[in-house]
Amino acid sequence: MNPVRILTGQRKINMENSNGVKIFRWFAGAIILTTLFSVIIIKPIPFLFYPDLPYMGFTGRALYIIILASFLTLYRIWKGPTGADRIVATEILGIMIVGLCSVLTVSTGRSWYIDIGIAWALQSFISTLALSKYLEGRDFDE
Amino acid sequence: MSDIIGIVFISIGLAFDFLGCLGLVRLPDVYNRLQASTKSVTVGTCSILFGTFLVVGFTSAGIKALLCIIFLVLTSPVSAHAIARGAHRAGVKLCEKSVVDKYKEDKEGEA
Repeated sequence: MNPVRILTGQRKINMENSNGVKIFRWFAGAIILTTLFSVIIIKPIPFLFYPDLPYMGFTGRALYIIILASFLTLYRIWKGPTGADRIVATEILGIMIVGLCSVLTVSTGRSWYIDIGIAWALQSFISTLALSKYLEGRDFDE
Repeated sequence: MSDIIGIVFISIGLAFDFLGCLGLVRLPDVYNRLQASTKSVTVGTCSILFGTFLVVGFTSAGIKALLCIIFLVLTSPVSAHAIARGAHRAGVKLCEKSVVDKYKEDKEGEA
């Protein structure tokens, strides 16, 4: 595809009522419903956690909410009509992964997960600044 | 006691995160999506990190969680502003129902 068309979102075909968009909408709705019901129904992943720690059930279910909400940002990265949408969704995904590492710190009791979170926050900030400069149409060293 | 308060903070943060991602999917425009998702996801993740600090306590992981809160609060508005400025300069249009575009009026006034 032409990269200019990807960046500015100009498409020749009207995509609103086609079959693919309908499938995408069903996908997003299924993710939202699964998120709402996963708190009650699904049990936490057993091999990720020490069963001795307190609040294991709560943090195990919290992981499901974060992971499924990250799938919503992946939907926006996949479908998003302009390049700016994709950059926004990437930044949101980075911040969500910091929260995921924080919840993993609570649920497993291993303190090095929060180190991954700090490193991911740094990397996400710098990459977002570089991508927005690229979107604006300037060079990186300007 | 601080464990329970930390769990409450983590729950509030999860609600903010999920609603921010829902706004990212549902809203019609790049600028609306920025407005909905960036702030609420930042607040939600900071709340999760603060709850982690309350559960873990004054260990090395707790201090690192506080540092990560400070870093996120400092950097997230900067990146959101950079994305919005880049998108407006690249010519991404507003949605059809939007009323006013002050940034465009300012640029026309300068030129």
